[in-house]
Amino acid sequence: MIYDVAIIGAGVVGGLTARQLSRYKLSVCLIEAGCDVALGATKANSAIVHGGYDPVPGTLKAELNVKGTAMMEKLCEELEVHYKNNGSMVVAFDEEQLEHVKKLYQRGIANGVPGLSVISGDRAREIEPALSKNIAGALLCESSGIVCPYDLTIAAVGNAMDNGADLALGFKVVDIKDNGENYEICSDDGAKIQARYVVNSAGLYSDEVARMLGDEYHITAKKGEYMLLDKSEGGLVKKTIFQTPTKAGKGILVSPTVDGNLLVGPTSEKTDKGDKATTPGGLDTIKEKASMSADNINYRAVITSFTGLRASCDESDDFILEISKHSKRAINAVGIDSPGLSSSPAIAEYIAQLLSDAGLKLEENADFCGRRVNCKHFRTLSEAEKNEMIKKEPSYGRVICRCETVTEGEILEAIRQNPKATTIDGVKRRTRAGMGRCQGGFCMPFVTDIIAKELKIARCQVTKTGGKSRLLFGKTK
Amino acid sequence: MRTCDIAVIGGGPAGMAAAVAAHDAGIKDILIIERDEGLGGILRQCIHNGFGLHRFGEELTGPEYADRYKKMVIEREIPYVVKTMVLDITKSDGGDHIVTAMNSESGVFHINAKAVVLAMGCRERSRGQLNIPGDRPAGVYSAGTAQRFMNINGEMPGKNVVILGSGDIGLIMARRMTLEGANVKMVCELMPYSGGLNRNIVQCLHDFNIPLKLSHTVSKIHGKERVEGVTVSEVDEHLRVIPEKSEYVECDTLLLSCGLLPENELTKSAGIPLDRITGGAVVNQNRRTEDKGVYSCGNVLHVHDLVDYVSEEAELAGRSAAEYVLAGKKEPECIKTVNVHNAGAVRYTVPQVVDIYKEPKDIKIYFRVGAVLNNATITVKCGEKTLLSKKKRKVAPGEMEFVLLTEKMLGEVDSDIIVSAEN
Repeated sequence: MIYDVAIIGAGVVGGLTARQLSRYKLSVCLIEAGCDVALGATKANSAIVHGGYDPVPGTLKAELNVKGTAMMEKLCEELEVHYKNNGSMVVAFDEEQLEHVKKLYQRGIANGVPGLSVISGDRAREIEPALSKNIAGALLCESSGIVCPYDLTIAAVGNAMDNGADLALGFKVVDIKDNGENYEICSDDGAKIQARYVVNSAGLYSDEVARMLGDEYHITAKKGEYMLLDKSEGGLVKKTIFQTPTKAGKGILVSPTVDGNLLVGPTSEKTDKGDKATTPGGLDTIKEKASMSADNINYRAVITSFTGLRASCDESDDFILEISKHSKRAINAVGIDSPGLSSSPAIAEYIAQLLSDAGLKLEENADFCGRRVNCKHFRTLSEAEKNEMIKKEPSYGRVICRCETVTEGEILEAIRQNPKATTIDGVKRRTRAGMGRCQGGFCMPFVTDIIAKELKIARCQVTKTGGKSRLLFGKTK
Repeated sequence: MRTCDIAVIGGGPAGMAAAVAAHDAGIKDILIIERDEGLGGILRQCIHNGFGLHRFGEELTGPEYADRYKKMVIEREIPYVVKTMVLDITKSDGGDHIVTAMNSESGVFHINAKAVVLAMGCRERSRGQLNIPGDRPAGVYSAGTAQRFMNINGEMPGKNVVILGSGDIGLIMARRMTLEGANVKMVCELMPYSGGLNRNIVQCLHDFNIPLKLSHTVSKIHGKERVEGVTVSEVDEHLRVIPEKSEYVECDTLLLSCGLLPENELTKSAGIPLDRITGGAVVNQNRRTEDKGVYSCGNVLHVHDLVDYVSEEAELAGRSAAEYVLAGKKEPECIKTVNVHNAGAVRYTVPQVVDIYKEPKDIKIYFRVGAVLNNATITVKCGEKTLLSKKKRKVAPGEMEFVLLTEKMLGEVDSDIIVSAEN
């Protein structure tokens, strides 16, 4: 078949674009090189829905950040994704930084960010008692929030699929041929997908995909290391606490996550696209800098550390969202770094508009259902609702992950529902099984078993995250 | 609401021993709540021998040891539920406790219990908590996870193995994996001494020519999909990595055996104070927590070296809970309460609090040291008075020690007790 649109890259931009296009009478295929969605820049970042005071007025970043943030709450409600409008502060430690904070305020006003004010250090500590006494003042932003980026992406892709979109995983695009009417998109193992229009939302690899379309950009991977602390520490601050950006860098944030943990980070360093390793130096830097903002960060409660990669474009500080210069039925979404997550709902709409500008007919699909059905998170149910659910499906009564209280029923749901989990990490990101304080020590053997049974494969074929990441080497003697 | 006299949270060695002792002390209305598929706890996967020397005077495997207690539970017809997770413990208006649990048969349910025994065991320190830098491939397991894969599921988690941490599970797994044909290249230990039992070092490493590299750690994990190797580095006296003294070791698996942490999330949510060092509840000599009617025992209280001591402690907790219920929810009459402090090389004691009863009974104070001491002097003081002083040829962090305070000594206690171990 020939799809109307092929979207290359199933991160948050590709996922929300697929969902946006499924509103119309279009056949859509979302193509992803990895074994699951949301494995690139989307997987590991600060998980912040920014207010929008940071981007320079007049840029796409400014416009789409403010617009996207305003859309986020309703979008998350439709998709059953946990979103919290927790607000944020940019703290200043001296007069010079305070001046910069005031500039950010002005920028925010110019960008149309609601709920901004500059507050004193005392007021900041009144709102967040954990803040350091060295804080001289802060920019308070009431409109920012937190969301789990892969949760959002998984839900968006699932919803797009429920509305008819296809997902092609493990499809590493190596060539795109254009015969003037259709594109033939070729994978490294010889598979082909045909589509009339192409959207390039390949994140870190969007420059390589653009080159296949005849466009030239350069993406540099910027590495950010983070530490995640136990839920026991999640209440240290309610708001996201940023530091004032200086010449030395953007500073380190301290933030609760929607799931109740505490996140500190990131560092920022140029690296190569495949490098997701954490470093001793990086983790030390985070500790040192984060402790400037808040006094009592309990690093003994760190449950994991990880690295995220940001896809920064060498040619532009702004997002690049444009029709290909060489191939008029293709859209490039390149350089979607921060505030990409915040902007993603607006970027999806923007891309749909660009496709329309390029000649794609957007005709409303009356059957479109924007709500994610059958996906009420078990843990959020009342006791009576839980009991009703367990009566219907007893596996909801069996706790598999003790740290996060994840039941067998939820794991089965993750494996059976679009986009289907097929790996340990896939189950983890959908259900939080293995994401708690023991980091899967207890539940991994059980999850392995459930995946093997459900997918009808041997236990030793189960992988952590696709490819050669097998957990087991076969039977004991 | 269901009711019971004593709810025991956890059906491992501690929970079973506590329930049996409570039953024998005269309480029949007990419920053991276990989250796994059967009673036995972590012993179910500990198929090596060495259990029960103190308790039964013979060497048993873990499942055999567990079976002895399981038999006692079944003989006494003590009720238990499995595949059931306790979600919450709260106080009832009447001073009892309400245990909220969930399983497939009953959904979410509540039990009103006059007394609760906490016996949830412990978990292993994970890679994330150790903050080992590098990639995040498959093939990094805590030793207990690998043990479960091998001994319960019958699957091999690796072929070329480096083990970080010389805790007992790590040592046991070095032998277990070798016997299954894996190549265990080395066991690295950050400290200049092993945290495991001496007998395990001899029987699991020396007997198989597996090198134990003291003052070494894994400073980086390599491998995008599956582990391909690790960087092993020597550390200085401040435990900092010496980059020049690092080597790359090819392997497909890294096992972590870097300490156990009592699993006290329920205890914390019930508002029961914990000891910062043990990670378990603060208890008196009866293993009663600061919350009246709630007892704690086994590895959820503090990590034990031998299961035999877990059983002993759990029996004390179970018996104490039973006596409390039989006395109409009353504790023995108490003259005064004193704290137990650490000094010298002593890292912690259990109990942390001693209630001097009108009719005192002998008390064992367990402790662990933070460093290896040869020819150690162990003393127990109360103010200027020395209650006890004894010599020990060697004390080490891997082995639990105890001092016995007799009725007579307790009669002399008029202020806080200090336990010390010095060279």
